[in-house]
Amino acid sequence: MSSRPTDLESLVARKYPHGFVTDIASDTVAPGLDEDVIRMISVKKGEPAFMLDWRLKAFRRWLRMKEPVWAHVHYPPIDFQAISYYSAPTQSGSGPKSLADVDPKLLETYDKLGIPLHERARLAGVAVDAVFDSVSVATTFKERLAEAGVTFCPFSEAVLKHPGLIERYLGSVVPIGDNFYAALNSAVFTDGSFVHVPKGVRCPMELSTYFRINASKTGQFERTLIIAEEGSHVSYLEGCTAPMRDENQLHAAVVELVALDDAEIKYSTVQNWYPGDENGVGGIYNFVTKRGDCRGRNSKISWTQVETGSAITWKYPSCILRGDGSVGEFRSVALANHRQQADTGTKMIHMGRNTRSTIISKGISAGHGQNAYRGLVKVLPGADGARNYTQCDSLLMGDRCGAHTFPYIEVANPTAVIEHEATTSKISDDQLFYCLQRGIAAEDAVNMIVNGFCRQVFRELPMEFAVEAQNLLAVSLEGAVG
Amino acid sequence: MSDDSRIILDVRELRVRAGERVILDGLSLSVRAGEVHAIMGPNGSGKSTLTGVLAGRPGLEVLSGSASYLGRDLLAMPPEERARAGLFLAFQYPVEIPGVNNVYLMKASLNALRRHRGEPELDAFEFLNLVRARLAAMRMDESLLNRGVNEGFSGGEKKRNEILQMSLLEPTLALLDETDSGLDIDALKLVAEGVNALRSPARAIVLVTHYQRLLDHVVPDRVHVLAGGRIVRSGGRELALELERRGYDWVQDGTAAA
Repeated sequence: MSSRPTDLESLVARKYPHGFVTDIASDTVAPGLDEDVIRMISVKKGEPAFMLDWRLKAFRRWLRMKEPVWAHVHYPPIDFQAISYYSAPTQSGSGPKSLADVDPKLLETYDKLGIPLHERARLAGVAVDAVFDSVSVATTFKERLAEAGVTFCPFSEAVLKHPGLIERYLGSVVPIGDNFYAALNSAVFTDGSFVHVPKGVRCPMELSTYFRINASKTGQFERTLIIAEEGSHVSYLEGCTAPMRDENQLHAAVVELVALDDAEIKYSTVQNWYPGDENGVGGIYNFVTKRGDCRGRNSKISWTQVETGSAITWKYPSCILRGDGSVGEFRSVALANHRQQADTGTKMIHMGRNTRSTIISKGISAGHGQNAYRGLVKVLPGADGARNYTQCDSLLMGDRCGAHTFPYIEVANPTAVIEHEATTSKISDDQLFYCLQRGIAAEDAVNMIVNGFCRQVFRELPMEFAVEAQNLLAVSLEGAVG
Repeated sequence: MSDDSRIILDVRELRVRAGERVILDGLSLSVRAGEVHAIMGPNGSGKSTLTGVLAGRPGLEVLSGSASYLGRDLLAMPPEERARAGLFLAFQYPVEIPGVNNVYLMKASLNALRRHRGEPELDAFEFLNLVRARLAAMRMDESLLNRGVNEGFSGGEKKRNEILQMSLLEPTLALLDETDSGLDIDALKLVAEGVNALRSPARAIVLVTHYQRLLDHVVPDRVHVLAGGRIVRSGGRELALELERRGYDWVQDGTAAA
């Protein structure tokens, strides 16, 4: 039964025979970044003046900033002038024309992961609109959302249609000068997602970029803003479980969440960008700033992430617990296999009274992978009765990988209760032998043990995502034992 | 030779090393279908190494000798193949696997065996019906199904969980490694019932035990005394009683004298 499936690493590492030549003539600007490029982006997008001012301010800040070097990751210097900062989505000319043109190995992986057919096309970079009638699907969802009063649209569309909301909330959670990559993103982002849920509305469906046809190719500097008004509720799914075709190496996205009184935002991510080959060649640098602001009383923001891809992951989805009684949650599974490096965790900033936060971090290291949890729990003087529970578990597979934990705790209020638990374990020979003795194949046994390790996080994912996440871990760990 | 008397396990002159120490030193043992063998011996005599090497535990090195199972070279088979071919080991110290549902492991296990035999896999519903029936027989609480494998189980629960798995998998050769140790008398009786229920002309059972009290409930066909890495004496049921009376020194002295 254990016919050995093709190794994921080798198949995503394959060169695409059809080549994705970018159409330089009209849609892509020459590499390099200066104020003219930013003006050009703003003009191409037809943005109002306040957006351009905002971008330029961010750019000027960025020029004075230095790349952060404190993370437990290593990579050669990035030449920011070698990147092209504008490449509009093209309907044709780039990418394969149909699924028949796509590398069959890639399709095999999609099949293994159970990705729906129309989704496969999008992931493989097929110009979806030309092949499938996805527009009608999107329209159906749009209508249902509109009925409920929920806005869910590309960021660039929101800038034009809802400038008031954008001007009010953009950069209010992650300021332009927050960090090097956030500043760069603020200057040059070209698109992303915008969600607005009005007062008292419970969003009638899980929002997923999957439903938004033009979600792909938004490029390496994606911007997301989600606003949940008083008493509203929204669950947002980001990413995909299949290996994403992408030629950009640097990804510096910014996600901002705002929850007002009694509002709840649940943000789930499954990230499986190209991790590079087993020697660490290629792969995405995923340098992302994600932050949620529990601005209102009794508001709640939960981050759930499953990070299996990218050569380097650098992200700390955080919560600012500003409103009294607000709740922040962070649940994470991060996998580092082969030469992958992950430095990920969260920040919980307790400002309001009786604020609560929970952190569950599960790091898995295999091959030569290096996995670091980095987390800050900060309790400000006014945060009476703040509570935090942190659980930080590492699982090691083999003896060449590493797990590191960097917890920072800063408490300035004597009534705070902070708990921190950490474990490091290995898949033991005894566990493996026990499963083998029950007739279970080694790889299935490892998957079972790893999934058991991740259970606390997976059970927070929406059902269909949880199943895909489990499959994804299995595929990502193929060959990690034996 | 009738089919019932076929040899299930045939171990010959087995020498096994763990680390620097030779633990089994020329052990021979033959077990036929329908038989229950008890292997008794003092601590450190090599009892767990015997069950371990038969099941394929890593870290044990076979220096010489052979072991055949249903005519196949057992030592050449990887551990999962041995299991799929019907060899079951009830562990002395069942390991905890946090977060993995006990029932999930059991279903994966049974279905792995069924696939191997070319039988259709059981779905969750069919499996649950089967396991519930077995569970009732073991007088085990159903909540054990949805806990992590052996996670936070008491010593007795772990042992009963092993017997539960054995009754689900219906092995051809069951090796029980000190399943009786640490059990109170009620749990011991349940384990014995589980073992007796498995007895059949087509199967063989090898009980490894330090004490003879399990043998009050599971009457063995043969009793062997293991000392110094080999079987120094074999006999019927009465040998266990004699051991109980005279202690292991008696047989060990006997070896020295021989």
